Amino acid sequence: MNTDIQVSPETMFTETEIGKQKRWIENVMRIFFLVMTSLMIIPLLLIVGYLLYKALPVLSLEFIFANPKDNMRAGGIWAPFLGTIYLVVVSLLVSAPIGVFAAVYLNEYARESWFTRITNLAVVNLAGVPSIVHALFGVGAFVLFARLGESILAASLTLAIMTLPVIIASTTEALKAVPMSFREACWNLGATRWQTIRRIVIPNSISGILTGVILQVSRAAGETAPIMFTGAVFYKAIAEGNLFAYNITEQCMALSLHLFTISTQVPDVTEGIPYGTAVVLVGSVLLINAAAIVLRVYLRTRKKW
Amino acid sequence: MENKIEISDLQVHYGNKPALNGISFDVHPNEILSIIGPAQSGKTTLLKVINRTLEFTPEATVQGSVKLDGVDIDTIGDVYELRRRIGMVLPLPVGLPLSVYDNVAFAPRTAGLRTKSELDEIVERCLQQAALWDEVKDRLDTLGTKLSGGQQQRLTIARALSHQPEILCLDEFSIAIDPVTTMRIEEVLKTLQTEMTILLVTNLVQQAKRLANRTAFFLNGDLIEIDTTDVIFSDNPTNQATYDYVNGTFG
Repeated sequence: MNTDIQVSPETMFTETEIGKQKRWIENVMRIFFLVMTSLMIIPLLLIVGYLLYKALPVLSLEFIFANPKDNMRAGGIWAPFLGTIYLVVVSLLVSAPIGVFAAVYLNEYARESWFTRITNLAVVNLAGVPSIVHALFGVGAFVLFARLGESILAASLTLAIMTLPVIIASTTEALKAVPMSFREACWNLGATRWQTIRRIVIPNSISGILTGVILQVSRAAGETAPIMFTGAVFYKAIAEGNLFAYNITEQCMALSLHLFTISTQVPDVTEGIPYGTAVVLVGSVLLINAAAIVLRVYLRTRKKW
Repeated sequence: MENKIEISDLQVHYGNKPALNGISFDVHPNEILSIIGPAQSGKTTLLKVINRTLEFTPEATVQGSVKLDGVDIDTIGDVYELRRRIGMVLPLPVGLPLSVYDNVAFAPRTAGLRTKSELDEIVERCLQQAALWDEVKDRLDTLGTKLSGGQQQRLTIARALSHQPEILCLDEFSIAIDPVTTMRIEEVLKTLQTEMTILLVTNLVQQAKRLANRTAFFLNGDLIEIDTTDVIFSDNPTNQATYDYVNGTFG
């Protein structure tokens, strides 16, 4: 084949002006995004590092498993620590099933109608409501109207109402990630919606669903406003080391509220204690998030398409 | 001889957009009826009406009647039973995220079959019929989604046969399959014809000519002409558009 275009091996791969410019922009953009990523990581490292440094003098197993003493100026954080666990577990026991099943209904069964439109609107708006408003709702609905009083149950239900819309949203995302063609193939085979959901949709979205639920643990554990009027107390001594020390119809202490009170309301607290409390709170949340990531990676290796 | 399917004045709209404009025709038992026509002529919509999966498209409205063995399909209470009586092969290969075995055993299992030996037999027979058995018989536990596109398409065919349908609808089944395998499946279709009625939507006019007893030509939601394949592909079908389309001089 003859061609008039002569390309010599020397000039063939010489960089042109446009090529240089592209390479330069490419580098600039990469560094720009890297800097942004670092800006995100640096505060986290600083916070955790500073907390750990300040908390080191008090941190020990003893600190976690002992009740506060001397009007909370000394001792450990067992009562608030266990209280937070109770609040998180009970609230998720309520919000996870309702949220996940509601999302399955909205995504798999419901047709577009005024009902689904209103529901979706409610989900989006509820997710944007400030937590103090949830707190007031909790006082009205659970503490007073349902006569639960200020209790772990009332506080957990308030937290559940707060986490519910986010669980619905994250579950919906996970369900939407399963290709529509899988569902159509099942329907063509004479499968009911439930058979399709059970055999195809849920097994292939379970990692996303669980991750969404677990991430709500950190929100439930960290919020102070929704629980301070509905069930969390300033001080309450419980049996040390007993996991069943609380009754869900009674009030409890909570890490987030405890941190707030000993930092601002109680004078002369041993310096390390607020930092230690913060480390336990942040540490527990990070641990649970890490568990979510591990679970996600594990389930994703089993992903089937 | 009773008609297998009787379609009368079938109209389908997606919102305000018409997809089928009042078509009527019959499908005879144990025939291969091919449906040809350019894109947007309503071929796939027709198949979705027959197994009532168009119900999953919210904005679609259907008027007119489709009768299966003389029974209006809208009056069939158990729609899942209706869908099991109709095997459906869609144009894009979809391996379900299950093993090859479970893909083929899916429909029998949803219908309640649990006996391992019967399932084994169904899986082998259907994969044989779809010309896939030899390629996957040693790895039935591989994920269906990990097969090649052409293999997944044959898996789809095997799956459609797994519930022993009376009617097999194939929508462009050969898009992702090489010509040799296509010919093998076409041979299978000819033998299946003794057991079931086959509706073959195809863009390959020659495929219709090779396989079909009768051919229907659709254009823009209208049934232009339905006749024996010999007539459609002869020099003088009733409609000039049919002649132009099958001879490639369309438009």
